[in-house]
Amino acid sequence: MIGRRRNPRPAVTETAQSAIFSRRAVVLGAAQAGVAALLAGRMGYIAIAQNQHYSEMAEENRIQMRLIPPRRGWIVDRRGAPIAANRSDFRVDLIPDRIEDRERVIAELTRLLGLTPDAVAQLREDLEQAAGFQPVPVAENLTFEQYAAITLRQPELAGVSPLRAFARFYPQGAAVGHLVGYVGTPNREEYEAENRNPLLIAPGFKVGKNGLEKTQEMRLRGRPGEARVEVTARGRLVRELRTVPDIAGRPLHTTIDLGLQNYTARRCGEQSAAAVVIDVTNGDILCFVSMPSFDPNSFSDGISHAEWDMMSQDERHPLINKVLQGLYPPGSTSKPMTAVALLKAGIDPEQRVNCQRAWRLGNAVFHCSGGPHGPIAMHQAISKSCDIYFYQMALQAGVQNISPIARRFGMGERFDLPFPSQRYGTWPDPEWLQRRYHREWQSYDTVNMSIGQGYVLVNPLQQAVMVARIVSGRKVMPRIIAEGPAPEFEPLEGIDPEHLAFVRDAMTDVVNGGGTASRFRLPVPELMAGKTGTAQVRRISMAERASGVRSNASLAWRMRDHSWFVCFAPAQAPRYAACFLVEHGGFGASAAAPMAKDVMTYLFDREKAMTALAALEQQWGGTLEKRMRRRAEQWAAARAAGVEPPQPTGHL
Amino acid sequence: MSLVPRLPAPIATLPWAMLLVVFALTGFGLVVLYSAAGGHLTWALPQGVRFVVFLGMAIAMSYVRPAFYKEWAFAAYAGLVVLLVLVEALGAIRGGAQRWLDFGFVRLQPSELMKPAIVLTVARFYDMLPAREIRGWTAIWPALVLIGIPAALILVQPDLGTATMVALGGVTVMFLAGLPLRLFIGAGVAGAVVAPLAYFFVLHDYQRQRIAIFLDPESDPLGAGYHITQSKIAIGAGGLTGTGFLQGTQSHFAFLPEPQTDFVFATMAEEWGLIGGIFVILCYALLIRWGGKVALHARGRFERLIAAGLTTTIFLYMAINLAMVMGLAPVVGIPLPLVSYGGSSIMTVMICLGILMSIDRQNRLDPRRR
Repeated sequence: MIGRRRNPRPAVTETAQSAIFSRRAVVLGAAQAGVAALLAGRMGYIAIAQNQHYSEMAEENRIQMRLIPPRRGWIVDRRGAPIAANRSDFRVDLIPDRIEDRERVIAELTRLLGLTPDAVAQLREDLEQAAGFQPVPVAENLTFEQYAAITLRQPELAGVSPLRAFARFYPQGAAVGHLVGYVGTPNREEYEAENRNPLLIAPGFKVGKNGLEKTQEMRLRGRPGEARVEVTARGRLVRELRTVPDIAGRPLHTTIDLGLQNYTARRCGEQSAAAVVIDVTNGDILCFVSMPSFDPNSFSDGISHAEWDMMSQDERHPLINKVLQGLYPPGSTSKPMTAVALLKAGIDPEQRVNCQRAWRLGNAVFHCSGGPHGPIAMHQAISKSCDIYFYQMALQAGVQNISPIARRFGMGERFDLPFPSQRYGTWPDPEWLQRRYHREWQSYDTVNMSIGQGYVLVNPLQQAVMVARIVSGRKVMPRIIAEGPAPEFEPLEGIDPEHLAFVRDAMTDVVNGGGTASRFRLPVPELMAGKTGTAQVRRISMAERASGVRSNASLAWRMRDHSWFVCFAPAQAPRYAACFLVEHGGFGASAAAPMAKDVMTYLFDREKAMTALAALEQQWGGTLEKRMRRRAEQWAAARAAGVEPPQPTGHL
Repeated sequence: MSLVPRLPAPIATLPWAMLLVVFALTGFGLVVLYSAAGGHLTWALPQGVRFVVFLGMAIAMSYVRPAFYKEWAFAAYAGLVVLLVLVEALGAIRGGAQRWLDFGFVRLQPSELMKPAIVLTVARFYDMLPAREIRGWTAIWPALVLIGIPAALILVQPDLGTATMVALGGVTVMFLAGLPLRLFIGAGVAGAVVAPLAYFFVLHDYQRQRIAIFLDPESDPLGAGYHITQSKIAIGAGGLTGTGFLQGTQSHFAFLPEPQTDFVFATMAEEWGLIGGIFVILCYALLIRWGGKVALHARGRFERLIAAGLTTTIFLYMAINLAMVMGLAPVVGIPLPLVSYGGSSIMTVMICLGILMSIDRQNRLDPRRR
């Protein structure tokens, strides 16, 4: 159609066609030359004008900056002995994003490292939850041979990252568990909380997860080093270019006496116990023990499911720091302090009360567990722990004269200590009762309070501080980080030193003057003064009273009384104040006091104390580590066999 | 008496200037392949062997008279269309895209051979068409059908790059044959209208994605835009003189995808810089200039058209590949002939050169006769 209309135009001849061809061929050639020039220009633009930009990008491609996790600062005791140190560690991690064949990698690692089925299951679970580039730990503490075997095969195992790093090491193991806490691979929350600090996802880097490790994280951490490495697109290391070494974190000096700490932890045996020793002159915490405990070494390596289950099912709560988080009624251990309040309220210490073992107040009958004491005055009421004396005298003095004094001695007080959580209990008064339970204070509330029962709840550290204040007459504040000048404490406001001397004297007689703990005199020249306490856990009914109160031995472990012993030594010139608690240990003198005797002996004569401990450990079946390992093995074996694992208990 | 003995006639009559350029380009290509393999002959050696074989083929083809190609143009075209259909059918039966036929001893890629064949066929058509018909409808539709059938068959393979090259090769011959200019202008305008429609209704997802990424490579730097980005990094990092032989990190550390085939120019550019790039472009320019001269000196209409058309085919290879690695065109899988590793492109280019040499021989030996 188009052609027909164009027909009138002159027909194209072959000659004309030839001319058209030549013309168009030249045009085409010119166009091609133009395109070639354009391409050359484009290349020049990329290679010359943008050379720097692309050179940088090429460098970004091949050069990766790898952070070298800094060595954590040591945690040392008052003499510089390491509580937490670092040791060289060969480790292997997996970078989820870089894994090409997960099954092959896991199979190969299992073969090379001899991973247990438990470890493989853990690894799979970790991989499921892992986020991209965050490394998943496979194994730590490898031998050099294992490390070398992995390194050799690295090119064919995409995603596997062998590394030489430093691992946290706690020479004393479980003895310092609740003191230092432990370290672990940062989780997502911690990573987000630090604005995605790349250090937190560096392989082998760990952060404090509990205790001092957690609260002192920033000062222990140090500054990471940098390794600039050349890598291929697949992540294979070509060569290291430049390395800036890390700067280790500063050591943390604590007030702990590591020898004492370790001794006390071992002396706890299989009991569920807490112990605190304070230097009354400066408030230094010398010993901070909560047992049973976890081994921070195994926690820091990533604890297995079996181990975790075993810990969380243990009714002695090895995962709870009883020193700061355990709240208990103080029982009779509060009597010395109550006596100070009574003296201040004007009670004549020579005034006697006739203890007939039972005492009626209105409809209720109150008992004295140690009585009948007959006619008894304050000094003996403390040393023999007469409840009825304190019932009557507390009523006579009135609650308004006792509770404020109790708080001055640290009851219900929260101390500024570097631990993630602290429970500080209650010392009740009428106002508190009204606020909390909306009822009037009754005289039986005063009676209960007078022997440290009822609403009274304290933690073991508060008990030790109370003793330190009774001993020094000053507002001793505990500290665990030994930094700055030795603190000076104000004298306790409105407390007569003579009243304190009276009470100290009575406490000396608890151990040395025919008192409730007279079996536990120290086998050294120094005298120990103290006070026993038995904190009732259950309510004793009238029916049970009638048929005879059941002995602790006949009760299930959980129902038995807590055993307390607070003490100081030397009684002549007090230096150390201490508190010992044995959960469900029965009468104060039966579990806590013997422990206190050995630990206080350690302060003056290590050899004698060690001999006593050696005999006990033999009886318990070996050292702490040995017993913990054996229990873990038994537990694992029972689980493997599919039977109910042995229930750990506080029974010795 | 010359000191240099006279070369035997069959060797002396070869277009040595052009062959020297081919040697230079291929030789440089082998050096680049040696480096791309990390300093091994893994790719360079087989490629060298291929070059020798296909060069022998091209020289042999140069002794065949152009009349032979004219005679067999349609037959070759028809055969290749049948093979293209066969490839498509086999692909459908086996389930999956396929571009080649396996004859046991050789893998034949009909779409590759179609690049020179379409030039021959369309040229043959215009050679047969009486000169006065050139402005008519009959000058257009048969050529469009001849181009459309193989282009469509290749497009559904799917191979956008080769289909484009076949279509452009055919259209170039139409242009040179003397069709009215306004047809091309009109087609250009129509193309601008149709292209967006084709983008949405004809192209495969992956092709659409490639075009989208070509328009904005940074939108997906780790995904499909990765190829273009890494290629540009390699070229840009090379600078003026390059990082040095065997020193390119983009190719050696595997950041550059396919450093020996489609992106061989980037591999080269990183180590040899702009100077290496200008050298390659210059070699191609000389090769194309030689082809253009052959076309202008050719006497017959068929010879003229195929000489210019085949030269354009070589040009298209180079232009599309370079535009692709420099981020001026989408990634369509067109290699850089004589430099990229692989047999197909070198075979096609050698066929082009063989026929061009045949025409050149006829131009020189028999300038007066048709």
